[in-house]
Amino acid sequence: MSDVVEKTLTALPALFDSQTGAAKITNRLRQLIKSITELTSKHEEENLIKQELSAMKEQVSSPNTTMKQMREIMVRAMYCEMLGYDASFTYIHAIKLAQQGGVLEKRVGYLAVSLFLNEGHELLLLLVNTVLKDLQSTNLIEACMALTVVAQVFPKDMIPAVLPLVEDKLSHPKEIIRRKAVLALYKFYLIAPNQVQHIHAKFRKALCDKDPGVMTSSLHIYLQLIRESPDSYKDLTGSFVTILKQVVGGKLPLDFNYHSVPAPWLQIQLLRILSLLGKEDQSTSELMYEVLDESLRRAEMNHNITYAILYECVKAVYTIHPKAELLEKAARCIGNFVLSPKINLKYLGLKALTYVVQHDAKLALQHQMTIIECLDHSDFTIKRETLELLFRITNAQNVTVIIEKMLDFLRSCNDEHTIIHLVGKVAELAEKFAPDNSWFIQTMNDVFSIGGDLLQQDVPNNFLRLLAEGSESKEEDDQLRLYAVDSYLTVLKGHTSHLPQCFLQVMSWVLGEYAHLQESVDQREVIQFLTQLLDQRSVSSETRVWILSALTKISEGQTDLILDLAESLSSSQDTVLRQQAQELRHLSQDSQLHEWALPRGAPWDSIEVAGLIVFPYYDNSSTLILEGVKRVWGKDGYLPQKEATAPLVDEPSAAVQPPGQHEAAERIESRPEPSTQNQDKQQLASSLFVGLGVGSSMSLLGKSEAPPPCFRKKPRPHESPSSSSSSSGTSERSSDSSSRNTTDSFLYGSLLEEEPATAISAFDHTPKSTTANGLAQNKDTKEDRRANTSQILGGDMVIVRPSTIQDKHPPSVSSDLTALLPADLKDLPHSDVISLTSDPSLSLSSCRLFRDEALLLVIFISNCTETVIKDVSVQLTCEELKTVSLRGNVVDCLEARSTSVCHYALLMDDPHTNVSFTGTVSYQTQPGHTNTLPFSGTLSTADFIRPLVVTTEEYGKLWLSLSHDVKQNLKLLTDAGDPLRTTLNALKDALQLHVVDIIGSEGIVACRLLSGAPCLLHCRVNGTALAMWLRSPHPALPDCILYHCQRALTHH
Amino acid sequence: MQFMLLFSRQGKLRLQKWYVPLSDSQKKKISREVIQMVLARKPKMCSFLEWRDQKIVYKRYASLYFCCAVEDQENELITLEIIHRYVELLDKYFGSVCELDIIFNFEKAYYILDEFILGGEAQETSKKIVLKAIEQADMLQEVRNTHIACLFVLVYEVTIGSFPSC
Repeated sequence: MSDVVEKTLTALPALFDSQTGAAKITNRLRQLIKSITELTSKHEEENLIKQELSAMKEQVSSPNTTMKQMREIMVRAMYCEMLGYDASFTYIHAIKLAQQGGVLEKRVGYLAVSLFLNEGHELLLLLVNTVLKDLQSTNLIEACMALTVVAQVFPKDMIPAVLPLVEDKLSHPKEIIRRKAVLALYKFYLIAPNQVQHIHAKFRKALCDKDPGVMTSSLHIYLQLIRESPDSYKDLTGSFVTILKQVVGGKLPLDFNYHSVPAPWLQIQLLRILSLLGKEDQSTSELMYEVLDESLRRAEMNHNITYAILYECVKAVYTIHPKAELLEKAARCIGNFVLSPKINLKYLGLKALTYVVQHDAKLALQHQMTIIECLDHSDFTIKRETLELLFRITNAQNVTVIIEKMLDFLRSCNDEHTIIHLVGKVAELAEKFAPDNSWFIQTMNDVFSIGGDLLQQDVPNNFLRLLAEGSESKEEDDQLRLYAVDSYLTVLKGHTSHLPQCFLQVMSWVLGEYAHLQESVDQREVIQFLTQLLDQRSVSSETRVWILSALTKISEGQTDLILDLAESLSSSQDTVLRQQAQELRHLSQDSQLHEWALPRGAPWDSIEVAGLIVFPYYDNSSTLILEGVKRVWGKDGYLPQKEATAPLVDEPSAAVQPPGQHEAAERIESRPEPSTQNQDKQQLASSLFVGLGVGSSMSLLGKSEAPPPCFRKKPRPHESPSSSSSSSGTSERSSDSSSRNTTDSFLYGSLLEEEPATAISAFDHTPKSTTANGLAQNKDTKEDRRANTSQILGGDMVIVRPSTIQDKHPPSVSSDLTALLPADLKDLPHSDVISLTSDPSLSLSSCRLFRDEALLLVIFISNCTETVIKDVSVQLTCEELKTVSLRGNVVDCLEARSTSVCHYALLMDDPHTNVSFTGTVSYQTQPGHTNTLPFSGTLSTADFIRPLVVTTEEYGKLWLSLSHDVKQNLKLLTDAGDPLRTTLNALKDALQLHVVDIIGSEGIVACRLLSGAPCLLHCRVNGTALAMWLRSPHPALPDCILYHCQRALTHH
Repeated sequence: MQFMLLFSRQGKLRLQKWYVPLSDSQKKKISREVIQMVLARKPKMCSFLEWRDQKIVYKRYASLYFCCAVEDQENELITLEIIHRYVELLDKYFGSVCELDIIFNFEKAYYILDEFILGGEAQETSKKIVLKAIEQADMLQEVRNTHIACLFVLVYEVTIGSFPSC
């Protein structure tokens, strides 16, 4: 017996070789890591890794290498890749390992694949079969691994292959599998939303899963879905609120606690979802007030995680329909953040403040001292965020101080991205609020010299356009131009070698156009300055072209200087320069030709500008400046952005300001600061925060907004209608809502009813109303607005006022019902007649008529009996079209076998993807006996979309003035010769769009929401997809239209 | 989340996980850039950094920096706590984790990360559940080794005869 045991014991080590092998394996990696850490130079490391890699290469290609060895090699390969060396020869083996190895090898193989390959890698195709097999495996671990890899890297085209298997996993008994399947589907949704459209119902099941982990995972999908179309998920609000209540109330297992806070990640996710659902929706918001209050109250522990939740709460409170009590609490919370000694919290406080001052600028006042301290903070990040905050509260009174701070920061900043971003903001503010000409020119000089060649091209373009187009008063314009000329001459007198090319180009253009305005300066001097620039080595050849163009313009009468110059350039190696020198010579010798080619006073049509002002999609290249180049987008293919971004502090803000708090803010403002405060800081504070309190309080009283900027240009005749009207739109809306806030509930109600008309005037696009609602409207009082409204009412704009026309025609088949339409409506495009409901006495059908400014819902009420029906009344309600007030209409007596027609003009103020209406018709067949017949139907956004007929140039202008944009790839219909055209036509048919232009692989399309907000679509063929980019002044409109485009293309 | 990087005070990369598809050269460029930026920060500064159009959230634990890139609108504090929870998970798994544990067992660190964050989103935030999943997968290794031992016993039994009862 004992020798048997002995034998066994001696044999054991040999049999456990596998294990010692495993030990060896880790040793090998250990060895490598150790020797690398011991090395001192990068060079040695390179050599060592090179050796290692070639040894590995040999090993992987040897047929004797076992799976286990392969596993070990893979780990080493991952290590080498992490150090930055290329081990791509192992990629294929990683896939093999996942395919052929046991569970252990698979684990390493899958990990390596997810680290090595990304979505687009072609080798991934080889993984598909392995994944399919493992998804079907009964081994839990294998299925988990397959799902993990699917949720990380999976080729988009192969999704249909695994989708059914992943879907099945949603009902797997193990929660870990269900959870991973949900996340895999989330990933699929992100990369190919159309593929998972059919399983939305299953997401609901995941949301109701008994496992909190699965439920939490499903929220990722819901957050995304709701972000895209909040209206489709309003019905879930109650569920989300209930879940949040349970979480906050500590109903989840303790496992989900994090530092004794219940499931913070879940809470935050829910808060985000709720804020999306409650945005601009009072009734939905009301459902969540209680739980938000609870969340604010519960999160009182002093830990990062509670602050993270609080931050999300504050954002939600300020996003949804305002409630004074909550706003007050949220504002107090922000105080805790901002005043915290912990720098991370301070940062988040600033960020929250930046968010909320858009709604209520005065909140910044309460924290002015902190803001000023942060402005001088040693931490770049804090400073940067503070400037962002200041940008939001800039007005005409504090603009100089704020811009000075921004420029100071920019001068010490060397991060490209920050510079581009911030310099653009400086330019924007300068254009919008500049107090006078000299300040404006000086600031723009700073913008150009700091931003330099990093600047977005539209900054110089806007600036030059502003100079060139001028305002109504020529005198004023010339003064501005003169300032510019003077300022540039001073700049050119100094050192010029360090100036950015872009600045030089702007200067030469301005000098070329306007140097003649400055009579006290000899034109020869200007020519000399410019010629000197030409001699500088640092000047790029593109800039030289600009300079020469300028010289050509001012060369008149200075033949001697010009001839010298032309002579010296005629031997230049640059053909463009040579050509220009040639032109210059000819023009300077022939003044008649010069006069003809370059007439003074018509600068904006000149060739150079046409080259400069190109549509932003097309990169501004010097070739376009050359003569003879066809101008694709025309001279007006561009517009300064100024009004496009309406004053941010004027956002529909005042509404969220509870009056009580407003007084508090005032009190704080007037309270003397503690004497310990530094005098300078106080001074700075008063100059930074000037205008905030007063301006807002004025708007609260429903009076004018912040004083109109004195410098910003007048409404020009060719001002983009959208930019002016959108700015007036916001100001109107805010004054509207503010007045609503101060009036009692009775007035509130009546205001609401008026809203549709207001909305029309705010977003109206016809040039006629632009003049009426133009910039001058800044001063509009509420009364003016009312007047406007009634003016529009008086016009032919249809305001929801049902009317009936009774016809004596005999009832007929529904398709003939359209013949009953009143004469003035007959010619309108209309939908098919569909039957709504019927009973033995009455039958109801409806038809949609697409009027330009409204959707006419026509309801045909047919008497099917041989007797007279009395007191027929139709009641139509539609929750979503909430700004529309509907009244029933009544027919006293409906003759036998006759049909009465009633029609409702419907307006959609806020875009919803689909809207359903319900209604009842009540009637009496015998006196005293009332029957009711319910009916319902749906309308889609598509019914409210109208083509927006604009020219390419107008489109270009409008595009720049719109703020909300959405991008998405859509399916391209490839079954015809010209995919782009086919796809656009399909969209046009489905959605009443206007195809403005198709240029090469790009197409531009425009539409509007009735006569309201426009939406511009820019489509580009991108491989097999259609990259669609939508812009609109209305935040929700692009999403809605995108949804319908998506549907139209899927169903095509 | 766009990506997560772990690197040492010397700027040596210890772990990298990318949740957006990028080319190798882009990854290299970005990690170099981010590491440089983070290392240049002073201790008292805040844990957030503006980077391109995103936010970098980082935290230093002993000699190791944990750093995530998130979208601009993301809540930076919660990202900071994601990092912290990951460190807690590592700590629980390795038993007071140190940089060396992660260097020598980086694949384990990846496994844990994959159980915690999937496709850039928090997958499971319960510490217990994450570690249970990892342990189950780890167990396989041991199970297989014991299988081999059992197999040996079986073979032995067949060839030599059954163990004499003692």
